[in-house]
Amino acid sequence: MSTEMKSIFSPELAARFDRLVTLYPLRRSALIPMLLYAQDEIGYLSDEVIAEIAARIQITELDVRNVISYYSLLHTKPHGKYHVQVCTNISCMLRGGNELFEHCKSRLGIGNKQTTPDGQFSLEEVECIGACSWAPAVQVNYDFHENLTPESMDKVLDAYRTK
Amino acid sequence: MADVTFTVDGKKLTAPAGTLLIEACRAAGIAIPQFCYYPGLSLQAACRMCLVRQEKVPKLQTACTTQVAEGQVFVTDSPEITQARKATIELLLGNHPLDCPVCDAGGECELQDMTFKYGAGESLYTEAKQHRDEQQWSPVVFFDRPRCILCYRCVRMCGEGMDVWALGVQNRGVSSVIAPNKEDHLDCEECGMCIDACPVGALTSGTYRYKTRPWEMNHVATVCTHCGDGCKTTLGVRSVDSGAEIVRGDNRDKSGMNGDFLCIKGRYAFDFANHKDRLTKPLLRGTDGKFQEVSWEKALEHTGKNLQAIRDHKGGSSIGVIGSNRTTNEENYLLQKFARSVLGTNNIDHHRTADYVSFVRALQGHTDRAASLRDAESAPAILLLGNDPTEQHPLLAWKVRTNVRLNKAKLFVVNHNNIKLVRQARATLAISQDSYAGAIRFLGGDDSALPASAEAKQFREAVRAEKNLLIVFGSEYRGEGITALVEFGLGLPNAKFACLGDYANSRGAADMGLFPDLLPGYVPVGAANPFAEEYGDLLPRVPGKDLVKMFDAAGRGDLAALYVVGANPFARYGVEREALTNTFVVVQDMFLTETALAADVVLPAANLYEKAGTVTNTYGDQQLVKKAADLAGVRSDFELIVRIAAKMGADPKKLVPFGQGVHADMGQSRGAQSGEADRHAVWLSANNLEPKLSPFDPFAILDEIARLVPGYDPPRFNLMAGNDVHVHPSLVQITPNRPRRDMVLPSDDTLFTSGTLGRYSKMLHSVLESREARTSDAAAD
Amino acid sequence: MAQLVSHPDEVKLISSRFGKGATSIETYLSLDGYTSARKAIELGAEGIIAEMKTSNLRGRGGAGFPTGMKWSFVPKQSDRPKYVLVNGDESEPGTCKDRLIFEYDPHSVIEGVIIAGLAIGAKMGFIYLRGEYRYLLKIMERALDEAYAKGFLGKNIFGSTLEFNIVSHTGAGAYEVGEESALMESLEGKRGVPRIRPPFPAVVGLYGGPTIINNAETIATVPHIFRIGGAEYAKIGTERNGGTRLFCLSGDVSRPGVYELPMGYNLKKMIYEVGGGIPDGRQLKAVVPGGSSTPVLLPSEIDIGMDFDQVGKAGSMLGSGGVVVLDDTVCMVEFALRTMKFYQHESCGWCIPCREGTDWLKKTLTRFHAGGGVEKDIDNIRYLAENMMGRTFCPLGDAAAMPTIGFVKKFRKEFEDHLNGKPCPYANLEQETLVGAS
Ligand SMILES: Cc1cc2nc3c(=O)[nH]c(=O)nc-3n(C[C@H](O)[C@H](O)[C@H](O)COP(=O)(O)O)c2cc1C
Ligand code: SF4
Ligand code: FES
Repeated sequence: MSTEMKSIFSPELAARFDRLVTLYPLRRSALIPMLLYAQDEIGYLSDEVIAEIAARIQITELDVRNVISYYSLLHTKPHGKYHVQVCTNISCMLRGGNELFEHCKSRLGIGNKQTTPDGQFSLEEVECIGACSWAPAVQVNYDFHENLTPESMDKVLDAYRTK
Repeated sequence: MADVTFTVDGKKLTAPAGTLLIEACRAAGIAIPQFCYYPGLSLQAACRMCLVRQEKVPKLQTACTTQVAEGQVFVTDSPEITQARKATIELLLGNHPLDCPVCDAGGECELQDMTFKYGAGESLYTEAKQHRDEQQWSPVVFFDRPRCILCYRCVRMCGEGMDVWALGVQNRGVSSVIAPNKEDHLDCEECGMCIDACPVGALTSGTYRYKTRPWEMNHVATVCTHCGDGCKTTLGVRSVDSGAEIVRGDNRDKSGMNGDFLCIKGRYAFDFANHKDRLTKPLLRGTDGKFQEVSWEKALEHTGKNLQAIRDHKGGSSIGVIGSNRTTNEENYLLQKFARSVLGTNNIDHHRTADYVSFVRALQGHTDRAASLRDAESAPAILLLGNDPTEQHPLLAWKVRTNVRLNKAKLFVVNHNNIKLVRQARATLAISQDSYAGAIRFLGGDDSALPASAEAKQFREAVRAEKNLLIVFGSEYRGEGITALVEFGLGLPNAKFACLGDYANSRGAADMGLFPDLLPGYVPVGAANPFAEEYGDLLPRVPGKDLVKMFDAAGRGDLAALYVVGANPFARYGVEREALTNTFVVVQDMFLTETALAADVVLPAANLYEKAGTVTNTYGDQQLVKKAADLAGVRSDFELIVRIAAKMGADPKKLVPFGQGVHADMGQSRGAQSGEADRHAVWLSANNLEPKLSPFDPFAILDEIARLVPGYDPPRFNLMAGNDVHVHPSLVQITPNRPRRDMVLPSDDTLFTSGTLGRYSKMLHSVLESREARTSDAAAD
Repeated sequence: MAQLVSHPDEVKLISSRFGKGATSIETYLSLDGYTSARKAIELGAEGIIAEMKTSNLRGRGGAGFPTGMKWSFVPKQSDRPKYVLVNGDESEPGTCKDRLIFEYDPHSVIEGVIIAGLAIGAKMGFIYLRGEYRYLLKIMERALDEAYAKGFLGKNIFGSTLEFNIVSHTGAGAYEVGEESALMESLEGKRGVPRIRPPFPAVVGLYGGPTIINNAETIATVPHIFRIGGAEYAKIGTERNGGTRLFCLSGDVSRPGVYELPMGYNLKKMIYEVGGGIPDGRQLKAVVPGGSSTPVLLPSEIDIGMDFDQVGKAGSMLGSGGVVVLDDTVCMVEFALRTMKFYQHESCGWCIPCREGTDWLKKTLTRFHAGGGVEKDIDNIRYLAENMMGRTFCPLGDAAAMPTIGFVKKFRKEFEDHLNGKPCPYANLEQETLVGAS
């Protein structure tokens, strides 16, 4: 469909979407992956993104919003360039997850679900990310960082800052 | 499905296998609480109120999703179950604002009732509750989030029921919230069905909210005055200085043909009745050409004397009468009787929106093939030719959708537009605007009549294979077109027909003979007929002038008087005021319409919500109209006709046979008229024992109608009890196929308009404005 | 890169190829990969299911349902296509095993799906990965491309006349979507709200077709069963609990990690020998044996074999294999609160008891832990939890209620210690040790 439609996505992504909808018995199955990929490219799920994806899947924008608002990884407001997600769920909590989260707050000077003025970092306390045996753990965007201490956390942040 | 036997609370019950337990129980009088379950909509099992214990099943089961099978054993009432329900209520109330004292739903709230029943009174909840402001989603829909219990009824009603899909659920967990399709507002058909379905006060109506409390209103079930479908609507009225004002229209009474359904007009567009421009004093045009308010006596005297003089000196044929398609059958019957037996003219007509005459004529001898609107909910297949029911016959559209959804009925659409119902259609035949007649010939087998594509041929085969087809057609079909259509349909086994006309009593106006050439029941003037004896010598034997001819005559100075009842021909037919300079014009209306402005006398009239009687919807379903509202100063058209006749020296008793019946019963006997369904009065009037003490009692004329109008003798008890009864214009005596002008002028109303009357509905206005506003900024960016 | 550990008591089947570069199909083949799929084609549907039943493999997703039996529920005839769906949503707190399988041995999942497909006569399979595991999606996609290139997927797989396709799919952050019917909704592009059952997925599942849904570990185990034989596999475990499983040791243990141990392995041994015991000479206070949803066990209750039946007898559940160890510095109220915070955040919101119950409990526990509690709260917490049990639309409600009831029952004293304006009496102690830990 993107052939007759001018897409706000890169040609690569648009092509990927064209293929994605054909992989499943129902077009709609491509919705959630599409939203994730679109978010990765555009940064967040803007009204334009929602409109184009609704058109591609052939469902209403309301329907797309209903789905977006259900999933915790999907967001309609921009995040920082590096989204720091600190797990404080039980296994991490037992090994200092809360303290790690507090440390990130003071280090970045922002609170939960906030973004640094320079737009470099945003911070979020998240639920179990599947790193329980390597706790405490943090995900920056999609990258895992595990067995962290406040000190090693600083190194991680610096690494991104200077990236 | 074969019947199965199962046990509930020790009682042996029987129901078709697969019946939902909650329904099986209801049928057996065992009430099971529910929030999310709503008959006919998809199952949710979300509220968990209907939990019951099933033998040999570890967990409690939801009665709303359990299908009954042979030998099952259930317990629906036990300490365990009561506790489960109590706890669920407690959990709900935990986050509920408990603002019942100011909530619109107070007294009509399922949550309140449940709390009362399961006594979750004292709250264990000590945490702070988050307040959220009420949101306005549209001119008529408000949402109060904290009150919402997330039963998802509104979402399903809007999507599955209305096929609008304007409501969704967003976020998850406790943050879950019902959301409108345009983020902060709704873009929808404004039907208000979500409000009706809402078991609590989360969704409230813009026209009603915070106005009053349910128990402060008198609830009157009557018939909507707008389109030709005739939904039963329950009007909530409260007394005000000027009489009784309507504050709410809704669907408390689900006994009507419309069941759950009401469209925007039935639900909200009653407000024209409270419009400030309502006329409440008779107006008389003075020598200076200006209107002056005069007493009823003076106005009627003036009218009567003038009409009498004109009749006596210029003859009845110099007088014209235009009736209404929103007045009652009794009024229409009386109007034509007055015209023919008192004014002595056949110059009588009304704004025709469908060619019922050709329809009835074509159906001669096959009146069993005339469909009721109820057939649309059960017919296995429906052929829809022309019209756009979603806009012009919302109830028909609802019934068709429901039938397709729940019974897998097959819908076949023939239309020149891509109407919304195409979404439900099994097959569609898209044609050009001018080939509706061709479509019938094509269906009849003539391949030259349409571009005979393979799909078109498949469409034809599918339609012709149907055993019990319901054929519904719009005003695209008239005269010969209808004859051909019915001919085609009669060739199919048990096909039934429905002819779509536009207003609350368009069909009644036709049935009651508001025609220059036809008496009530489509009996030709001139033909030997029972009316002759009854109506006396004045009754003219030659057809009179139709509406257009009357104005032509007026233009030529050949129409001395024109009596217009509840119609606005000036707006409809663009009549020039000058045309009537030499005509004495009397207009009965609610407002100073274009027509009223040209009148010599204007008589303030009551509307359908302010009178009693019967109306007949476009399918021939006759229903009782009850008096709900009242406005000081106005009078029913029925009364006005009688009074004018009296002023002309006619004997009211001849016009309206009143004064019979058992006087001993005077007491209750106003019941049937004034609205509260007084059982005894119903019985009396059903058996015609009710004393008709006044010539203004429309029911005094029911017998005469039953006696004289072919097919208009329905089971009276049913009618009086407020049920719809299907009339059969059975003995139609029309001489076949005498060519005549059908004079049909479709009103082209939409969901949001309703002729002249609609212009006086503030609510319809605000909806139209908000829609225009939106489309224009949509265009802007 | 998730760290690997090992211990002599381990019996390495699922983890046998971890850290050996088996992500590349060549290596996988060299480690007798895809031999089981070939065997399965020989065996045919009946044969496969029989072998699975012999193996006594029980689902590793949490419920422990016998896998062979589950597969046998799928009707032979169906006018709608059948599907295999791999549940890789792994979101149960304390669980991090499926991740390792996808990361180190993706082909074992593919091979497992093919065999499952053969068993029920499906032509298509889906591998659903939780959104957070994006890096695994890349690994999975690469592995799939390799398998297609080799002709193991697509038309005429392994030179047979059969066709089979697999699509790898990603979620976007939702624990509830791990519930099998919500998983299907999510894969169909909808909100993760569970479905009404019956009908069950084996009859009406994905896109209305018969579907088997298995946990990633369950599926990855399948090829090993056909490699060593169902009977051999069954021998490894205990009665009715065949084989090995990946246990995720986490929390206050010296050597946390994912260990593959035989079903029925003793929990106490797991903590003290495999896990190296409690660090810094602190004492064991409690164990959550199978992920956050499973009721807590006291030190006196852990001398049991880790299989579905024995842990069940002990009043808890084997669950997803996430063994979370708590030492004596942990505040049980705070632990209960954190657990409830999770369920409150993850409840889909569909039904009243779960939606309102988790929120109410979270609020009460928050206030209670902060020292704002009153006597009546303790009973109230239990009352609410008990009134959620068994009454919600899906088992998430139970998953939230069960542990809560456990905490109040077994640690009532700690709750009482919090009463009357006292803030958490365990907090400072906790702080110290945490400083020590970091
Ligand atoms: C709330 C909830 C969350 C679940 N999450 C998962 C999960 O993340 N992964 C999983 O494999 N099973 C999960 N399950 C269990 C699945 O519903 C299903 O039983 C399982 O995937 C079946 O696979 P198995 O038979 O191989 O264990 C969850 C169940 C519930 C009620
Ligand atoms: S708004 Fe009313 S109908 Fe809609 S979900 Fe809430 S309670 Fe139910
Ligand atoms: S009525 Fe059954 S769960 Fe709501």
